[in-house]
Amino acid sequence: MNENNRVWWILFLVGGGALLVRAATTEFGKSYARDQTVYVTVEGGTAEVDAVPGLPTAESDAAHPDAARWTRSLAADPGERDDPHVRFSWADTIGLWCAALLTLAIFSFLFGDNPGYRLAEAIFVGVSAGYAMIAGFWEGIVQLLLAKLIPVATKEHFLPGLEPDPRWADDWARYQSGDLGYVAAEWAATTLLSLVPLVFGVMLLMRLSPKGGWISRWPLAFFIGATAGLRLIVHFESDFIRQIQATLLPLIVFKEDNSFDLAQTLANVTIVVGVLSSLVYFFFSKEHEGVFGGVSRLGIWFLMITFGASFGYTVMGRITLFAQRLEFLFDDWLWIIDPLQRRAGL
Amino acid sequence: MKRTVPLFLAAATGFVLIVASFVPAAGSWGKYAVDWFNILAALAFVLGGGSLLSQHLKKISDQQAGWGYSLVTVVSFLATLVVGLGKFGVAPPTLHPDKVWAGDYKEAGSGFSWIFDYLYTPLAATMFSILACFVASAAFRAFRAKNVEATILLVTAFIVLLGRTYAAIWIGDQADWLASQVVDPAIWHPYVTGLRLDKLTETIMDVFNTAGTRAIMIGIALGIVSTSLKVLLGVDRSYLGSDDR
Repeated sequence: MNENNRVWWILFLVGGGALLVRAATTEFGKSYARDQTVYVTVEGGTAEVDAVPGLPTAESDAAHPDAARWTRSLAADPGERDDPHVRFSWADTIGLWCAALLTLAIFSFLFGDNPGYRLAEAIFVGVSAGYAMIAGFWEGIVQLLLAKLIPVATKEHFLPGLEPDPRWADDWARYQSGDLGYVAAEWAATTLLSLVPLVFGVMLLMRLSPKGGWISRWPLAFFIGATAGLRLIVHFESDFIRQIQATLLPLIVFKEDNSFDLAQTLANVTIVVGVLSSLVYFFFSKEHEGVFGGVSRLGIWFLMITFGASFGYTVMGRITLFAQRLEFLFDDWLWIIDPLQRRAGL
Repeated sequence: MKRTVPLFLAAATGFVLIVASFVPAAGSWGKYAVDWFNILAALAFVLGGGSLLSQHLKKISDQQAGWGYSLVTVVSFLATLVVGLGKFGVAPPTLHPDKVWAGDYKEAGSGFSWIFDYLYTPLAATMFSILACFVASAAFRAFRAKNVEATILLVTAFIVLLGRTYAAIWIGDQADWLASQVVDPAIWHPYVTGLRLDKLTETIMDVFNTAGTRAIMIGIALGIVSTSLKVLLGVDRSYLGSDDR
């Protein structure tokens, strides 16, 4: 057994032993849920919702004879577990343990690469790709493409709250009256343009084909062109014009009572000098020597302050995230700390 | 056909969007282009998913080194897809209780939200959080106050790091108390209160950092404009790749 494996075995045994001791002496790592039965009656376009605590009973069903019904589980604090409608949740408990063990697996990379980290990384890649694809499907393909290509069916199955597009406002009424010919003609005339992104999308998928890969250049070119066109305007407006506008500051500032405001004057002068000198540093068409070189040097100092501040800010952000993960482990999972008093009385 | 049409398409799309920003009558063209862009972006995720599957399935079928991890990736990917597309555990909207597919796919308590809360969020947050250790370790090894510029960067980073914690307020309070034992605070307080670490951090962020960031943003904007124009005018054709495929 090499030294690396020995360290892992020791960590594994110490960690497992600590968990066993904790399990023998106290409770931890449990999640609770509050059940609710929702009865919904829709009349005249308004919904009457009655959320009854607990699972459905013969009495609650009898009290809502014509209502649609479903149950939902809301997260409950362990301190509320004596409530008759709060129960131990297997799904959330398994989730909590998965989250805790995966968190530890990622943390283990701080000691070096290991199978636990690689397993967590593989799960992360799969879940992230799946998450992005699902979000793209429901928010992009359904809401933007299907809602225009097949609005009636989309409204019927996926988006009942879909606002009628002016182009097919009459279609819904005609569809319901059985005039399918009209709907087909109208659809052909008005939604033809929506076929373009669909065709582009199919062409984009040709990238996966061994020989027809060049076909994907067309949608890719559209994508690149649209990105360039959008970014050009957006960045020119927000990062160029707005930033210059914001730098046109008064260099002598007076307060409302007409007294001289030294602090604001110094701040404004520093900002204007800082922006101009930093821009001089970025100007490479002239040799940085003499007065120009001196101003450029001042610009470098301003940029160094900016990089130092950004570094400090970024590190603090990461440390906050690190502290939150530790808080999750010690509070939600191990029940060692309880800053929000969620287990008060246990 | 393979290169000319894409070049024309990129230029036409880009210039239509630029014109649409300035000509109100052409606003609907811009809206169509943006909608198509968003749809294509969503379809690109399908391409990404397909590419991920093909890469990992090949690794599994060839039984390359680490194929077990590929299997885990494929299973997690497919499970997320099935749960997200099937909307398991999603309640219908209250106004349309008969439409079971119409609920929000991210609804709390649903299968997809379970994956998000217990797999995706902890993994992503922990992945980013361990960067704190790597950044700190790299900074410890690389940061050396060798010249004026490096010293300025180091001192600023130290002030901002400390100034964002409670330690800065505590140190400032202790310094205030000590000074007040020697001199009347009414005399010195208005002049040196800005030197407290927490106040100094605010000044650095609001004044010096603003100036530097503004210059960088102006530079980035000019860079984006020139790069975009190079793409739209066909000077930069790197996105077309080679003619091999």
